[in-house]
Amino acid sequence: MTNSTLSSPHPDPEPLSPLLLEVEKLAVRYPLPGGFLGRSRRFVEPVKGVSFRIRAGQTVGLVGESGSGKTTIGKAIVRLISPHSGEIRYRQERIDTLSGARLRPYRKRVQMIFQDPHNSLNPRLTIARIVGEPLEIHFPALRAQERRDRAAQLLARVGLPADSLDRFPHEFSGGQRQRIGIARALAVEPELIVCDEPVSALDVSVQAQIVNLLQDLQQELGLAYLFISHDLAVVEHMSDLVLVLNEGRIVEEAPPEELYRNPQNEYTRKLLAAVPSL
Amino acid sequence: MSDPNAAPLLQVSDLAIEFASPERTIRAVDGVSFSMANGSTLAVVGESGSGKSVTALSLARLLPSPPARVRSGKILFDGTDLLTLPETALRHYRGGKIAYVFQEPSTSLNPVFSVAFQLSEAMALHRHDLTDRRAAGLAALSEVGIRDPERCWKSYPHELSGGMQQRVMIAMALVCRPQLLVADEPTTALDVTIQAQILNLLRDIRSRFGMAILLITHNFGLVKGFADHVVVMFRGKIVEQGPTDSLLAAPRHPYTQALIACVPRLGESKKRLTTIDYDKLDALLSPS
Repeated sequence: MTNSTLSSPHPDPEPLSPLLLEVEKLAVRYPLPGGFLGRSRRFVEPVKGVSFRIRAGQTVGLVGESGSGKTTIGKAIVRLISPHSGEIRYRQERIDTLSGARLRPYRKRVQMIFQDPHNSLNPRLTIARIVGEPLEIHFPALRAQERRDRAAQLLARVGLPADSLDRFPHEFSGGQRQRIGIARALAVEPELIVCDEPVSALDVSVQAQIVNLLQDLQQELGLAYLFISHDLAVVEHMSDLVLVLNEGRIVEEAPPEELYRNPQNEYTRKLLAAVPSL
Repeated sequence: MSDPNAAPLLQVSDLAIEFASPERTIRAVDGVSFSMANGSTLAVVGESGSGKSVTALSLARLLPSPPARVRSGKILFDGTDLLTLPETALRHYRGGKIAYVFQEPSTSLNPVFSVAFQLSEAMALHRHDLTDRRAAGLAALSEVGIRDPERCWKSYPHELSGGMQQRVMIAMALVCRPQLLVADEPTTALDVTIQAQILNLLRDIRSRFGMAILLITHNFGLVKGFADHVVVMFRGKIVEQGPTDSLLAAPRHPYTQALIACVPRLGESKKRLTTIDYDKLDALLSPS
Protein backbone atom coordinates (compact mmCIF):
# COMPACT_ATOMS: atom_id res chain seq x y z
CA MET A 1 0.00 0.00 0.00
CA THR A 2 1.39 3.35 -0.97
CA ASN A 3 -0.74 5.34 1.37
CA SER A 4 0.30 5.01 4.96
CA THR A 5 -2.26 7.47 6.34
CA LEU A 6 -5.02 5.08 5.37
CA SER A 7 -3.69 2.14 7.27
CA SER A 8 -6.43 -0.27 8.14
CA PRO A 9 -6.13 -3.16 10.55
CA HIS A 10 -8.10 -5.33 8.15
CA PRO A 11 -6.77 -6.78 4.93
CA ASP A 12 -8.74 -5.95 1.79
CA PRO A 13 -10.97 -8.83 0.75
CA GLU A 14 -9.43 -8.91 -2.73
CA PRO A 15 -6.00 -7.38 -2.39
CA LEU A 16 -5.31 -7.78 -6.09
CA SER A 17 -8.22 -5.78 -7.45
CA PRO A 18 -7.24 -2.24 -8.38
CA LEU A 19 -7.83 0.65 -6.06
CA LEU A 20 -10.61 2.88 -7.36
CA LEU A 21 -11.44 5.48 -4.76
CA GLU A 22 -9.29 6.98 -2.04
CA VAL A 23 -10.85 9.42 0.38
CA GLU A 24 -8.36 11.07 2.69
CA LYS A 25 -9.21 13.31 5.65
CA LEU A 26 -12.33 14.52 3.89
CA ALA A 27 -14.07 17.41 5.63
CA VAL A 28 -17.19 19.20 4.43
CA ARG A 29 -18.51 22.47 5.81
CA TYR A 30 -21.71 24.37 5.32
CA PRO A 31 -21.89 28.03 6.30
CA LEU A 32 -24.60 29.02 8.78
CA PRO A 33 -26.79 31.99 7.91
CA GLY A 34 -25.75 35.42 9.18
CA GLY A 35 -22.55 37.42 9.18
CA PHE A 36 -21.68 40.70 7.54
CA LEU A 37 -22.93 40.82 3.91
CA GLY A 38 -23.66 37.14 4.07
CA ARG A 39 -20.00 36.37 4.74
CA SER A 40 -20.73 33.90 7.45
CA ARG A 41 -18.04 33.11 9.95
CA ARG A 42 -19.97 30.27 11.50
CA PHE A 43 -20.07 26.80 10.02
CA VAL A 44 -21.44 23.38 10.59
CA GLU A 45 -19.07 20.58 9.71
CA PRO A 46 -21.10 17.43 8.96
CA VAL A 47 -17.98 15.53 7.85
CA LYS A 48 -14.88 15.93 10.01
CA GLY A 49 -11.91 14.19 8.46
CA VAL A 50 -13.00 10.86 7.03
CA SER A 51 -10.63 8.44 5.29
CA PHE A 52 -11.36 5.20 3.47
CA ARG A 53 -10.87 3.53 0.12
CA ILE A 54 -12.79 1.31 -2.24
CA ARG A 55 -11.34 -1.31 -4.58
CA ALA A 56 -12.84 -2.55 -7.82
CA GLY A 57 -15.69 -4.99 -7.24
CA GLN A 58 -15.84 -4.26 -3.51
CA THR A 59 -18.78 -3.06 -1.42
CA VAL A 60 -18.00 -0.64 1.36
CA GLY A 61 -20.94 0.02 3.68
CA LEU A 62 -21.39 3.34 5.42
CA VAL A 63 -23.79 3.20 8.34
CA GLY A 64 -24.95 5.91 10.71
CA GLU A 65 -28.00 7.79 11.90
CA SER A 66 -29.60 10.88 10.39
CA GLY A 67 -27.16 13.73 10.71
CA SER A 68 -24.08 11.48 10.93
CA GLY A 69 -22.80 12.89 7.63
CA LYS A 70 -23.18 9.77 5.51
CA THR A 71 -25.16 11.36 2.68
CA THR A 72 -22.79 14.34 2.65
CA ILE A 73 -19.87 11.96 2.09
CA GLY A 74 -21.73 10.33 -0.82
CA LYS A 75 -22.48 13.71 -2.36
CA ALA A 76 -18.88 14.85 -1.99
CA ILE A 77 -17.65 11.70 -3.72
CA VAL A 78 -19.87 12.20 -6.76
CA ARG A 79 -18.98 15.89 -6.52
CA LEU A 80 -22.47 17.21 -6.05
CA ILE A 81 -20.79 19.27 -3.35
CA SER A 82 -17.17 20.35 -2.89
CA PRO A 83 -15.06 19.29 0.06
CA HIS A 84 -13.73 21.89 2.47
CA SER A 85 -10.48 20.03 2.96
CA GLY A 86 -8.95 16.64 2.37
CA GLU A 87 -8.45 14.74 -0.85
CA ILE A 88 -10.56 12.49 -3.04
CA ARG A 89 -8.62 10.48 -5.61
CA TYR A 90 -10.04 8.21 -8.26
CA ARG A 91 -7.60 5.84 -9.89
CA GLN A 92 -4.76 7.96 -8.49
CA GLU A 93 -6.17 11.20 -9.89
CA ARG A 94 -7.34 14.05 -7.67
CA ILE A 95 -10.99 14.73 -8.39
CA ASP A 96 -11.83 17.04 -5.50
CA THR A 97 -10.13 19.93 -7.32
CA LEU A 98 -11.77 19.34 -10.70
CA SER A 99 -14.80 21.24 -11.87
CA GLY A 100 -17.16 21.62 -14.82
CA ALA A 101 -16.28 19.76 -18.00
CA ARG A 102 -13.13 18.30 -16.46
CA LEU A 103 -15.32 16.23 -14.14
CA ARG A 104 -17.14 14.59 -17.03
CA PRO A 105 -14.83 11.57 -17.50
CA TYR A 106 -15.11 10.93 -13.75
CA ARG A 107 -18.88 11.12 -13.80
CA LYS A 108 -18.93 8.38 -16.41
CA ARG A 109 -17.12 6.12 -13.97
CA VAL A 110 -18.91 6.97 -10.76
CA GLN A 111 -22.69 7.09 -10.57
CA MET A 112 -25.21 7.51 -7.78
CA ILE A 113 -28.62 6.07 -6.91
CA PHE A 114 -30.83 7.89 -4.47
CA GLN A 115 -33.07 7.12 -1.53
CA ASP A 116 -36.35 8.47 -2.76
CA PRO A 117 -37.31 6.94 -6.08
CA HIS A 118 -40.24 9.37 -6.26
CA ASN A 119 -38.17 12.54 -6.26
CA SER A 120 -35.11 11.37 -8.15
CA LEU A 121 -36.84 10.73 -11.48
CA ASN A 122 -38.13 13.62 -13.58
CA PRO A 123 -41.92 13.08 -13.67
CA ARG A 124 -42.25 14.66 -17.13
CA LEU A 125 -39.80 12.42 -18.94
CA THR A 126 -40.51 8.96 -20.31
CA ILE A 127 -38.42 6.10 -18.98
CA ALA A 128 -36.65 5.93 -22.37
CA ARG A 129 -35.54 9.56 -21.93
CA ILE A 130 -34.56 9.10 -18.26
CA VAL A 131 -32.36 6.10 -18.98
CA GLY A 132 -31.22 7.47 -22.38
CA GLU A 133 -30.10 10.90 -21.15
CA PRO A 134 -26.78 9.76 -19.64
CA LEU A 135 -26.07 8.03 -22.96
CA GLU A 136 -26.60 11.30 -24.82
CA ILE A 137 -23.98 12.96 -22.64
CA HIS A 138 -21.40 10.23 -22.32
CA PHE A 139 -21.86 8.36 -25.60
CA PRO A 140 -22.59 11.21 -28.06
CA ALA A 141 -21.81 8.99 -31.05
CA LEU A 142 -24.90 6.82 -30.44
CA ARG A 143 -27.90 7.44 -32.71
CA ALA A 144 -31.37 7.83 -31.21
CA GLN A 145 -32.42 4.29 -32.07
CA GLU A 146 -29.25 2.87 -30.59
CA ARG A 147 -29.88 4.78 -27.39
CA ARG A 148 -33.40 3.41 -27.25
CA ASP A 149 -32.18 -0.15 -27.81
CA ARG A 150 -29.57 0.27 -25.12
CA ALA A 151 -32.20 1.65 -22.72
CA ALA A 152 -34.41 -1.37 -23.46
CA GLN A 153 -31.54 -3.74 -22.68
CA LEU A 154 -30.85 -1.93 -19.41
CA LEU A 155 -34.49 -2.10 -18.34
CA ALA A 156 -34.58 -5.81 -19.10
CA ARG A 157 -31.39 -6.22 -17.07
CA VAL A 158 -32.95 -4.63 -13.97
CA GLY A 159 -36.12 -6.71 -14.36
CA LEU A 160 -38.60 -4.24 -15.85
CA PRO A 161 -41.07 -5.17 -18.62
CA ALA A 162 -40.22 -4.20 -22.20
CA ASP A 163 -43.20 -1.83 -22.49
CA SER A 164 -41.74 0.41 -19.76
CA LEU A 165 -39.84 2.57 -22.26
CA ASP A 166 -42.68 4.89 -23.20
CA ARG A 167 -44.25 5.13 -19.79
CA PHE A 168 -43.78 7.80 -17.11
CA PRO A 169 -42.39 7.44 -13.56
CA HIS A 170 -45.80 7.78 -11.87
CA GLU A 171 -46.94 4.56 -13.53
CA PHE A 172 -44.43 2.55 -11.51
CA SER A 173 -44.27 1.35 -7.92
CA GLY A 174 -41.50 2.42 -5.53
CA GLY A 175 -39.47 -0.72 -6.15
CA GLN A 176 -39.84 -0.40 -9.92
CA ARG A 177 -38.78 3.24 -9.76
CA GLN A 178 -35.68 2.24 -7.84
CA ARG A 179 -34.97 -0.25 -10.65
CA ILE A 180 -35.26 2.63 -13.15
CA GLY A 181 -32.76 4.63 -11.07
CA ILE A 182 -30.39 1.65 -11.16
CA ALA A 183 -30.80 1.31 -14.96
CA ARG A 184 -29.99 5.00 -15.36
CA ALA A 185 -26.87 4.62 -13.24
CA LEU A 186 -25.78 1.55 -15.23
CA ALA A 187 -26.28 3.31 -18.58
CA VAL A 188 -22.81 4.86 -18.62
CA GLU A 189 -21.14 1.58 -17.61
CA PRO A 190 -19.72 2.89 -14.33
CA GLU A 191 -17.13 1.20 -12.12
CA LEU A 192 -18.45 2.53 -8.82
CA ILE A 193 -21.99 3.33 -7.72
CA VAL A 194 -22.74 5.39 -4.63
CA CYS A 195 -25.99 3.93 -3.28
CA ASP A 196 -27.53 6.46 -0.88
CA GLU A 197 -30.18 4.65 1.20
CA PRO A 198 -31.46 2.85 -1.91
CA VAL A 199 -33.85 0.58 0.00
CA SER A 200 -34.87 2.68 3.01
CA ALA A 201 -38.15 3.87 1.49
CA LEU A 202 -39.20 0.39 0.36
CA ASP A 203 -41.18 -2.45 1.91
CA VAL A 204 -38.91 -5.18 3.31
CA SER A 205 -40.15 -7.58 0.63
CA VAL A 206 -39.17 -5.11 -2.10
CA GLN A 207 -35.97 -4.26 -0.26
CA ALA A 208 -34.94 -7.92 -0.56
CA GLN A 209 -35.48 -7.81 -4.34
CA ILE A 210 -33.40 -4.66 -4.79
CA VAL A 211 -30.59 -5.91 -2.52
CA ASN A 212 -30.44 -9.15 -4.53
CA LEU A 213 -30.49 -7.21 -7.81
CA LEU A 214 -27.56 -5.04 -6.68
CA GLN A 215 -25.62 -8.15 -5.67
CA ASP A 216 -26.35 -9.85 -9.01
CA LEU A 217 -25.23 -6.78 -10.94
CA GLN A 218 -22.05 -6.63 -8.92
CA GLN A 219 -21.24 -10.27 -9.71
CA GLU A 220 -21.97 -9.81 -13.36
CA LEU A 221 -20.41 -6.41 -14.03
CA GLY A 222 -17.72 -6.26 -11.35
CA LEU A 223 -19.20 -3.09 -9.88
CA ALA A 224 -17.97 -1.49 -6.69
CA TYR A 225 -20.50 0.06 -4.30
CA LEU A 226 -20.44 2.60 -1.56
CA PHE A 227 -23.60 1.47 0.22
CA ILE A 228 -25.05 4.08 2.57
CA SER A 229 -27.80 3.23 5.05
CA HIS A 230 -29.03 3.77 8.59
CA ASP A 231 -29.94 0.09 8.82
CA LEU A 232 -27.01 -2.01 9.97
CA ALA A 233 -28.75 -5.27 9.01
CA VAL A 234 -28.89 -4.23 5.34
CA VAL A 235 -25.39 -2.75 5.32
CA GLU A 236 -24.00 -5.90 6.87
CA HIS A 237 -25.74 -7.94 4.21
CA MET A 238 -24.26 -6.00 1.33
CA SER A 239 -20.78 -5.10 2.43
CA ASP A 240 -17.23 -6.47 2.43
CA LEU A 241 -16.22 -3.72 4.83
CA VAL A 242 -18.45 -1.64 7.10
CA LEU A 243 -17.64 1.91 8.21
CA VAL A 244 -19.62 3.16 11.21
CA LEU A 245 -20.10 6.89 11.09
CA ASN A 246 -21.05 9.04 14.07
CA GLU A 247 -21.12 12.83 14.06
CA GLY A 248 -18.97 13.12 10.97
CA ARG A 249 -16.26 10.69 12.04
CA ILE A 250 -15.65 7.01 11.38
CA VAL A 251 -15.79 5.40 14.81
CA GLU A 252 -15.34 1.81 13.72
CA GLU A 253 -14.25 -0.05 10.62
CA ALA A 254 -14.49 -3.81 10.24
CA PRO A 255 -15.67 -6.65 8.01
CA PRO A 256 -19.35 -7.37 8.71
CA GLU A 257 -18.93 -10.66 10.58
CA GLU A 258 -16.39 -9.09 12.90
CA LEU A 259 -18.52 -6.01 13.49
CA TYR A 260 -21.47 -8.20 14.39
CA ARG A 261 -19.59 -10.63 16.63
CA ASN A 262 -17.24 -8.26 18.32
CA PRO A 263 -18.26 -4.61 18.07
CA GLN A 264 -15.57 -2.39 19.57
CA ASN A 265 -17.35 0.92 19.76
CA GLU A 266 -20.22 1.93 22.01
CA TYR A 267 -22.04 3.56 19.11
CA THR A 268 -21.76 0.41 16.98
CA ARG A 269 -23.32 -1.58 19.81
CA LYS A 270 -26.18 0.93 19.92
CA LEU A 271 -26.80 0.49 16.19
CA LEU A 272 -26.68 -3.30 16.53
CA ALA A 273 -29.14 -3.22 19.42
CA ALA A 274 -31.61 -1.15 17.39
CA VAL A 275 -31.94 -3.78 14.64
CA PRO A 276 -35.20 -5.67 15.20
CA SER A 277 -34.61 -9.38 15.69
CA LEU A 278 -36.75 -12.23 14.50
CA MET B 1 -53.63 -9.35 31.07
CA SER B 2 -57.08 -9.44 29.49
CA ASP B 3 -59.90 -11.78 30.28
CA PRO B 4 -60.52 -14.02 27.27
CA ASN B 5 -64.21 -14.31 28.13
CA ALA B 6 -64.80 -10.57 28.22
CA ALA B 7 -66.41 -8.98 25.18
CA PRO B 8 -63.72 -7.84 22.75
CA LEU B 9 -62.89 -4.14 22.48
CA LEU B 10 -62.87 -4.33 18.72
CA GLN B 11 -64.54 -6.88 16.54
CA VAL B 12 -64.24 -6.59 12.79
CA SER B 13 -66.27 -9.13 10.88
CA ASP B 14 -66.44 -9.87 7.17
CA LEU B 15 -65.28 -6.37 6.24
CA ALA B 16 -65.16 -5.66 2.50
CA ILE B 17 -64.14 -2.27 1.09
CA GLU B 18 -64.10 -1.24 -2.55
CA PHE B 19 -62.67 1.72 -4.39
CA ALA B 20 -64.77 2.74 -7.35
CA SER B 21 -63.64 4.71 -10.38
CA PRO B 22 -65.52 5.13 -13.66
CA GLU B 23 -63.35 2.46 -15.30
CA ARG B 24 -63.25 -0.19 -12.65
CA THR B 25 -63.87 -1.16 -9.07
CA ILE B 26 -61.09 -2.49 -6.90
CA ARG B 27 -61.75 -4.57 -3.85
CA ALA B 28 -59.06 -3.43 -1.41
CA VAL B 29 -60.32 -5.34 1.61
CA ASP B 30 -62.11 -8.63 1.12
CA GLY B 31 -63.81 -10.50 3.94
CA VAL B 32 -61.53 -9.44 6.77
CA SER B 33 -62.39 -10.58 10.32
CA PHE B 34 -60.38 -10.16 13.50
CA SER B 35 -60.88 -9.02 17.06
CA MET B 36 -58.91 -7.32 19.80
CA ALA B 37 -59.28 -7.52 23.56
CA ASN B 38 -58.96 -4.51 25.85
CA GLY B 39 -55.31 -3.61 26.37
CA SER B 40 -54.05 -6.10 23.77
CA THR B 41 -51.64 -5.52 20.90
CA LEU B 42 -52.31 -6.71 17.38
CA ALA B 43 -49.98 -6.33 14.40
CA VAL B 44 -51.42 -6.31 10.88
CA VAL B 45 -48.58 -7.23 8.55
CA GLY B 46 -48.61 -6.98 4.78
CA GLU B 47 -47.00 -5.31 1.81
CA SER B 48 -48.01 -2.11 0.03
CA GLY B 49 -51.42 -2.71 -1.49
CA SER B 50 -52.37 -5.54 0.87
CA GLY B 51 -55.24 -3.50 2.33
CA LYS B 52 -53.72 -3.14 5.80
CA SER B 53 -53.89 0.66 5.91
CA VAL B 54 -57.35 0.72 4.35
CA THR B 55 -58.50 -1.64 7.10
CA ALA B 56 -56.92 0.58 9.75
CA LEU B 57 -58.42 3.78 8.35
CA SER B 58 -61.86 2.24 8.01
CA LEU B 59 -62.10 1.67 11.76
CA ALA B 60 -62.85 5.36 12.41
CA ARG B 61 -64.31 5.83 8.92
CA LEU B 62 -61.41 7.95 7.79
CA LEU B 63 -61.56 6.78 4.17
CA PRO B 64 -62.88 9.35 1.71
CA SER B 65 -66.17 8.15 0.30
CA PRO B 66 -66.39 8.21 -2.69
CA PRO B 67 -64.23 6.54 -3.94
CA ALA B 68 -64.16 4.18 -0.94
CA ARG B 69 -67.26 2.17 -0.17
CA VAL B 70 -67.88 -0.42 2.51
CA ARG B 71 -69.59 -3.34 0.75
CA SER B 72 -70.21 -5.49 3.76
CA GLY B 73 -69.18 -6.18 7.31
CA LYS B 74 -69.38 -4.87 10.82
CA ILE B 75 -66.95 -2.93 12.97
CA LEU B 76 -68.03 -3.35 16.57
CA PHE B 77 -66.17 -1.13 19.01
CA ASP B 78 -67.16 -1.68 22.63
CA GLY B 79 -70.39 -3.13 21.28
CA THR B 80 -71.28 -0.20 18.99
CA ASP B 81 -71.29 -0.70 15.21
CA LEU B 82 -69.17 2.17 13.93
CA LEU B 83 -70.26 1.63 10.34
CA THR B 84 -73.87 2.58 11.05
CA LEU B 85 -73.17 5.33 13.54
CA PRO B 86 -74.23 8.87 12.53
CA GLU B 87 -71.35 11.22 11.74
CA THR B 88 -71.96 13.38 14.85
CA ALA B 89 -71.77 10.40 17.19
CA LEU B 90 -68.73 9.07 15.37
CA ARG B 91 -66.73 12.20 16.22
CA HIS B 92 -66.65 11.00 19.79
CA TYR B 93 -64.73 7.91 18.66
CA ARG B 94 -62.58 9.41 15.95
CA GLY B 95 -59.42 10.70 17.64
CA GLY B 96 -61.08 10.25 21.04
CA LYS B 97 -61.65 6.60 21.80
CA ILE B 98 -59.73 5.55 18.69
CA ALA B 99 -56.57 7.60 18.14
CA TYR B 100 -54.19 7.38 15.20
CA VAL B 101 -50.46 7.80 14.67
CA PHE B 102 -49.43 7.86 11.03
CA GLN B 103 -46.33 7.03 9.05
CA GLU B 104 -45.09 10.47 8.15
CA PRO B 105 -45.10 12.73 11.21
CA SER B 106 -44.00 15.74 9.17
CA THR B 107 -47.15 15.62 7.06
CA SER B 108 -49.50 14.62 9.89
CA LEU B 109 -48.72 17.73 11.91
CA ASN B 110 -49.98 21.07 10.65
CA PRO B 111 -46.87 23.12 9.77
CA VAL B 112 -48.41 26.53 10.54
CA PHE B 113 -49.58 25.79 14.08
CA SER B 114 -47.50 25.30 17.19
CA VAL B 115 -47.41 22.06 19.15
CA ALA B 116 -49.34 23.92 21.88
CA PHE B 117 -52.16 24.77 19.48
CA GLN B 118 -52.40 21.29 18.01
CA LEU B 119 -52.36 19.51 21.35
CA SER B 120 -54.89 21.97 22.78
CA GLU B 121 -57.15 21.43 19.79
CA ALA B 122 -57.19 17.68 20.40
CA MET B 123 -58.03 18.27 24.06
CA ALA B 124 -60.76 20.80 23.20
CA LEU B 125 -62.43 18.15 21.06
CA HIS B 126 -62.09 15.12 23.28
CA ARG B 127 -61.22 16.10 26.83
CA HIS B 128 -63.89 18.45 28.15
CA ASP B 129 -62.99 17.36 31.66
CA LEU B 130 -59.61 19.10 31.50
CA THR B 131 -59.47 22.54 33.04
CA ASP B 132 -55.78 23.20 32.50
CA ARG B 133 -54.91 22.16 28.94
CA ARG B 134 -51.41 23.56 29.17
CA ALA B 135 -50.57 21.42 32.21
CA ALA B 136 -52.13 18.33 30.63
CA GLY B 137 -50.28 18.99 27.36
CA LEU B 138 -46.95 19.40 29.12
CA ALA B 139 -47.60 16.21 31.09
CA ALA B 140 -48.38 14.32 27.86
CA LEU B 141 -45.18 15.61 26.25
CA SER B 142 -43.07 14.40 29.15
CA GLU B 143 -44.95 11.08 29.15
CA VAL B 144 -43.71 10.47 25.60
CA GLY B 145 -40.14 11.11 26.67
CA ILE B 146 -39.64 14.69 25.54
CA ARG B 147 -36.97 16.10 27.82
CA ASP B 148 -37.87 19.78 27.57
CA PRO B 149 -41.69 19.82 27.34
CA GLU B 150 -41.88 23.61 27.87
CA ARG B 151 -39.72 24.26 24.84
CA CYS B 152 -41.48 21.62 22.72
CA TRP B 153 -44.88 23.05 23.68
CA LYS B 154 -43.91 26.38 22.09
CA SER B 155 -42.28 24.82 19.01
CA TYR B 156 -43.52 24.53 15.46
CA PRO B 157 -43.27 21.15 13.72
CA HIS B 158 -40.32 22.16 11.48
CA GLU B 159 -38.24 22.88 14.57
CA LEU B 160 -38.46 19.24 15.64
CA SER B 161 -36.68 16.15 14.32
CA GLY B 162 -38.65 13.27 12.80
CA GLY B 163 -38.45 11.24 15.99
CA MET B 164 -39.60 14.24 18.08
CA GLN B 165 -42.48 14.91 15.69
CA GLN B 166 -43.59 11.31 16.05
CA ARG B 167 -43.44 11.68 19.84
CA VAL B 168 -45.65 14.76 19.59
CA MET B 169 -48.11 12.76 17.45
CA ILE B 170 -48.16 10.05 20.12
CA ALA B 171 -48.64 12.69 22.86
CA MET B 172 -51.56 14.09 20.89
CA ALA B 173 -53.11 10.63 20.71
CA LEU B 174 -52.33 9.91 24.35
CA VAL B 175 -53.82 13.12 25.72
CA CYS B 176 -57.26 11.96 24.54
CA ARG B 177 -56.90 8.77 26.62
CA PRO B 178 -57.99 6.47 23.79
CA GLN B 179 -59.00 2.86 24.30
CA LEU B 180 -57.40 1.94 20.99
CA LEU B 181 -54.30 3.46 19.43
CA VAL B 182 -53.89 2.70 15.73
CA ALA B 183 -50.24 3.08 14.71
CA ASP B 184 -50.05 2.96 10.91
CA GLU B 185 -46.40 2.35 9.96
CA PRO B 186 -45.31 4.71 12.76
CA THR B 187 -41.59 4.10 12.26
CA THR B 188 -41.21 3.57 8.53
CA ALA B 189 -39.97 7.11 7.88
CA LEU B 190 -37.51 6.96 10.79
CA ASP B 191 -33.97 5.71 11.33
CA VAL B 192 -33.58 2.24 12.83
CA THR B 193 -32.35 3.67 16.14
CA ILE B 194 -35.29 6.08 16.40
CA GLN B 195 -37.61 3.26 15.36
CA ALA B 196 -36.42 1.23 18.35
CA GLN B 197 -37.09 4.20 20.65
CA ILE B 198 -40.60 4.79 19.31
CA LEU B 199 -41.53 1.10 19.60
CA ASN B 200 -40.25 1.07 23.18
CA LEU B 201 -42.30 4.16 23.89
CA LEU B 202 -45.47 2.54 22.49
CA ARG B 203 -44.84 -0.57 24.57
CA ASP B 204 -44.29 1.58 27.62
CA ILE B 205 -47.45 3.70 27.26
CA ARG B 206 -49.49 0.60 26.65
CA SER B 207 -48.42 -0.92 29.92
CA ARG B 208 -48.92 2.37 31.76
CA PHE B 209 -52.28 3.38 30.31
CA GLY B 210 -53.65 -0.02 29.36
CA MET B 211 -54.84 0.97 25.91
CA ALA B 212 -54.99 -1.52 23.04
CA ILE B 213 -52.55 -0.93 20.17
CA LEU B 214 -53.10 -1.90 16.55
CA LEU B 215 -49.76 -1.78 14.73
CA ILE B 216 -49.75 -1.69 10.93
CA THR B 217 -46.42 -2.66 9.38
CA HIS B 218 -44.75 -4.20 6.33
CA ASN B 219 -41.86 -5.43 8.45
CA PHE B 220 -42.16 -8.70 10.36
CA GLY B 221 -39.01 -7.66 12.22
CA LEU B 222 -41.07 -5.25 14.33
CA VAL B 223 -43.69 -7.76 15.41
CA LYS B 224 -41.71 -9.95 17.78
CA GLY B 225 -41.70 -8.57 21.28
CA PHE B 226 -44.38 -6.05 20.42
CA ALA B 227 -47.64 -7.70 19.45
CA ASP B 228 -49.58 -10.49 21.16
CA HIS B 229 -51.35 -11.42 17.94
CA VAL B 230 -50.59 -11.10 14.25
CA VAL B 231 -52.83 -10.80 11.22
CA VAL B 232 -51.13 -11.33 7.84
CA MET B 233 -52.81 -9.68 4.85
CA PHE B 234 -52.20 -10.27 1.15
CA ARG B 235 -54.22 -8.68 -1.66
CA GLY B 236 -57.06 -7.63 0.64
CA LYS B 237 -57.48 -10.95 2.38
CA ILE B 238 -56.22 -12.36 5.65
CA VAL B 239 -54.02 -15.33 4.79
CA GLU B 240 -53.11 -16.26 8.34
CA GLN B 241 -53.63 -15.05 11.90
CA GLY B 242 -52.68 -16.22 15.34
CA PRO B 243 -50.62 -15.60 18.47
CA THR B 244 -47.28 -13.97 17.56
CA ASP B 245 -44.98 -16.57 19.09
CA SER B 246 -46.56 -19.60 17.48
CA LEU B 247 -47.05 -17.84 14.15
CA LEU B 248 -43.40 -16.76 14.02
CA ALA B 249 -42.18 -20.17 15.15
CA ALA B 250 -44.27 -22.10 12.64
CA PRO B 251 -45.83 -19.94 9.93
CA ARG B 252 -48.26 -22.09 7.95
CA HIS B 253 -49.04 -19.99 4.89
CA PRO B 254 -46.31 -19.71 2.20
CA TYR B 255 -46.88 -15.95 2.04
CA THR B 256 -46.25 -15.57 5.78
CA GLN B 257 -43.15 -17.73 5.46
CA ALA B 258 -41.80 -15.57 2.63
CA LEU B 259 -42.60 -12.31 4.39
CA ILE B 260 -40.72 -13.49 7.48
CA ALA B 261 -37.81 -14.81 5.46
CA CYS B 262 -37.20 -11.61 3.49
CA VAL B 263 -36.21 -9.63 6.61
CA PRO B 264 -32.41 -9.28 6.63
CA ARG B 265 -30.85 -10.70 9.78
CA LEU B 266 -27.65 -9.70 11.47
CA GLY B 267 -24.83 -12.16 11.19
CA GLU B 268 -25.87 -13.50 7.78
CA SER B 269 -23.68 -11.30 5.68
CA LYS B 270 -23.64 -11.74 1.88
CA LYS B 271 -26.30 -14.42 1.96
CA ARG B 272 -28.90 -14.06 -0.74
CA LEU B 273 -32.15 -12.64 0.67
CA THR B 274 -35.37 -14.55 0.21
CA THR B 275 -37.85 -12.84 -2.09
CA ILE B 276 -41.54 -13.50 -2.55
CA ASP B 277 -42.55 -15.64 -5.51
CA TYR B 278 -45.81 -13.98 -6.52
CA ASP B 279 -46.50 -16.35 -9.43
CA LYS B 280 -46.37 -19.33 -7.10
CA LEU B 281 -48.64 -17.55 -4.61
CA ASP B 282 -51.12 -16.64 -7.34
CA ALA B 283 -51.28 -20.26 -8.46
CA LEU B 284 -51.80 -21.30 -4.86
CA LEU B 285 -54.47 -18.71 -4.11
CA SER B 286 -56.45 -18.96 -7.34
CA PRO B 287 -59.82 -20.58 -6.68
CA SER B 288 -59.56 -23.21 -9.44
